[in-house]
Amino acid sequence: MNTTVPAEWYLILSAALFTLGVVGFLIKRSLISIFMSIELMLNAVNLSFVTFAHEWHAVKGQIFVFFVMMVAAAEAAVGLAIIISIFRARGTLTVDQIDLMKL
Amino acid sequence: MNDPMLFLPLIPLLPFLGFLLNGLLGSRLPKALVSAIALVFPLASFALVARAAWMVHAGLALPVVEHDAPAWIVSGAMHIGFGLALDQLTLVMLLVITGVGFLIHLYSVGYMEHETGYWRYFAYLNLFLFFMTTLVLAANFLLMFVGWEGVGLASYLLIGFYIDRKSAGDAGKKAFVVNRVGDFGFLIAIFLLLGNFGTLNFSEIAAHLAAPAGLSGGTITLICLCLLLGATGKSAQIPLYIWLPDAMEGPTPVSALIHAATMVTAGVYMIARAHALFDLSPTALMVVAVIGAATAFFAATVAMVQTDIKRVLAYSTISQLGYMFLACGVGAYSAAVFHLMTHAFFKALLFLAAGSVIHGLSGEQDMRRMGGLRKEMPVTFWTMTAAVLAISGFFPFAGFFSKDAILAAAFHQGAVGKALWTVGLITALMTSFYMFRLWYLTFMGKSRTESRHAHESPWIMLTPLMILAALSVSGGWVGMDRFGAFLAPVTGTPANAGDAHVELMLSVLAVLVAAAGWFVAHSIYGRSGSQSMTESLASPRRVLENKYWVDELYVACVVRPIEWIARYVLGWIGELVLVRGSAWLMAGIAGLCGEWLRRWQSGNLRSYAAWLAAAAAVLLIFVLAGTLLGVGGFAQTISWAVR
Amino acid sequence: MHLVLFLIFAIFALAGAVNLLLQKHPINSALSLIVVMSSLAVLYLLLGAEFLAMAQIIVYAGAIMVLFTFVVMLLNEGREEKTWGSRTAKTLGFPAAAVLLAIFAATILRAGRHYGTISLSDGVTTTQELSKVLFRDLLLPFELTSVLILIAILGAVALARKDNGEA
Repeated sequence: MNTTVPAEWYLILSAALFTLGVVGFLIKRSLISIFMSIELMLNAVNLSFVTFAHEWHAVKGQIFVFFVMMVAAAEAAVGLAIIISIFRARGTLTVDQIDLMKL
Repeated sequence: MNDPMLFLPLIPLLPFLGFLLNGLLGSRLPKALVSAIALVFPLASFALVARAAWMVHAGLALPVVEHDAPAWIVSGAMHIGFGLALDQLTLVMLLVITGVGFLIHLYSVGYMEHETGYWRYFAYLNLFLFFMTTLVLAANFLLMFVGWEGVGLASYLLIGFYIDRKSAGDAGKKAFVVNRVGDFGFLIAIFLLLGNFGTLNFSEIAAHLAAPAGLSGGTITLICLCLLLGATGKSAQIPLYIWLPDAMEGPTPVSALIHAATMVTAGVYMIARAHALFDLSPTALMVVAVIGAATAFFAATVAMVQTDIKRVLAYSTISQLGYMFLACGVGAYSAAVFHLMTHAFFKALLFLAAGSVIHGLSGEQDMRRMGGLRKEMPVTFWTMTAAVLAISGFFPFAGFFSKDAILAAAFHQGAVGKALWTVGLITALMTSFYMFRLWYLTFMGKSRTESRHAHESPWIMLTPLMILAALSVSGGWVGMDRFGAFLAPVTGTPANAGDAHVELMLSVLAVLVAAAGWFVAHSIYGRSGSQSMTESLASPRRVLENKYWVDELYVACVVRPIEWIARYVLGWIGELVLVRGSAWLMAGIAGLCGEWLRRWQSGNLRSYAAWLAAAAAVLLIFVLAGTLLGVGGFAQTISWAVR
Repeated sequence: MHLVLFLIFAIFALAGAVNLLLQKHPINSALSLIVVMSSLAVLYLLLGAEFLAMAQIIVYAGAIMVLFTFVVMLLNEGREEKTWGSRTAKTLGFPAAAVLLAIFAATILRAGRHYGTISLSDGVTTTQELSKVLFRDLLLPFELTSVLILIAILGAVALARKDNGEA
């Protein structure tokens, strides 16, 4: 009943989630979905933080996750505001159409 | 400074203040105020100089060197300051510059009265005084060079003062460009001095030279020749004299001040100042003497046939400067400075009197259309007479003493000296001839133009003439012996303790030669005026009237090739291949890089993300490759991580 | 028990993440992301981080994702359009992602055997412990975070307001 799980499984899960986030960044076409992929990557990294915190009994690892959440909140607020203003300006959130920064 | 009450920096700075006031505000000030500003500051400068002279007379020990002057360039062991120094030589120069300078300012008030750009003229003139006093007061070569360049600038501005006249602009440019050649030599000399002595201060260089383990003769000779090149440029000697005759395009008072009395003597001053160097190089001294004698002779021949009154004086100036160089070349620096001083008096007077004539004839400069002015312009006539007698070397006028001193010094320099002396004597004959020719053509005989309204000049112009006439008569009475003794601490004592009988004989000979020149001039021009400007000796005359075609020679040998090089070599190879080619190359490289890089800058967010991911992967591989392959450090890395 | 819980929620998280990628409509993606985050919260709990588990649910799954869904609905952006996209993204991005995963996995697998195991009996990092560190050792960064969030709020307001100055 009191089964155990190796710590590396958590880390593998974290890596898998992170890679999925990267892939999402590459394949999603909507700006807002891409932003979600970023959140996914952040979460994956958080998971590895917590795992290592448990592994080494270091409270600061969890504190770090806490700060990441704060930053993620701030980033979400600003990022979404940017998305709104882009949508206002361009009328779309499809990244392939928001490519004015080229010749 | 052992006496803080000399106010040396004020001597140049006061005229500079005048320049600033007139230059910045002059166009808006009333004429009277412009004149007042232009006169007050040089006068104040002169007062300071006179006060310094009086203090010296009262027993002030010279030289006075400012040791606490602000630093200018400090680099490693090199320390160049804005230091000024006053010694006997500087004092004489300052007296001449500010004294004659002030008189010419005064004269200009009358002469330039009707010119547009009145304020501009006086601003430039004050600027000139600023630079000229800086030149002679400077305690090191670099500050002297500042003044040297500055007087060149002022000269350029004033030659080209009549900005609506193309010839004036061309003459200004010619003066400037020719002077550049000389300045180049001066600059090289300064570099050499700095490289060899590590200092540019006159006193320190002199101390170095006095040390027994001095430099080898070759280096000194090179430095001296470079200095000499600079001096020939500024003082209009062979081969760089060609700018001075053209410089007569400027207003006549400018010719008097800059191109006769002061600036062109800067080269003589410089050689006298650097005499410690020249004394160590007999070769350089010989070159100086030969150049001086050749220039004196050559310019005098040309002066004999010129018809423009100012050009006669210009060539005469070149010739007299040649005398000064000759004096320097035979080691008689004090004689050179003596002649410099008397020449400043009588040549300034000649120019001013000529200016008065030109003024009276409303701009006529051709002597063939003058004549008979003795009655109409009595004051000008009599002052001019004094100057002519002085320059010709008649006893007891100023020129006699100084020229006699130079010739005597040359005579005592062995065989070569005898040859130089002969050249000098012949030149004296020619000098006397062309000056009396000028005198006869201008003042004697009858008027050779029908309608003219010659009038005597206003008193503000005549006053300087009379003062200068008095100086031209009496300027030499101090005598070479006392003058030389006064300058001896600076220039050393010339070693011509000649036989008194020989001296007397030489003097008599000089006066006789001058009288002969007068006689020849009288016999040709005295009676019948211009009609007897004979057609005899046609071919030599043609050579002389064309000034030996030197200008043409320079155009053919220097100007044309440079133009050709500029046009074809620089124009095609330089401009097309190098400049444009490199520009195109640069642009092409940049364009190709951009063409290549712009594909990365697609503006597409997802491609950026892909690059980001790829870069992260590459970085991770780079960092972890070793550990992943177990090649090295893996155990350490992991053990560090686990711990 | 731990193994079962881990497997269940790990699979939930992976499935949510994959679903996030596959869904064409942003609102579905957002909901998938909420599933991922909630699963992660449970995993945090399994790892003994009870405070973080709660924060994960409240801050992430609650606040942030509400913000996302709110924006999605506000902008009313429909299904994703099929666009050409970037060749670079496909030719370079996917290999890069694969390489990243390979490196992570390799590193973890090689290093992981030195790691211990995790069970439910490992105990819990109490909020008290956490607070001690947070408010004693890291008080200044914590306060700075509040400033950061304030700035973010101001920035969001400044960015999202209409350009003509109406608030």
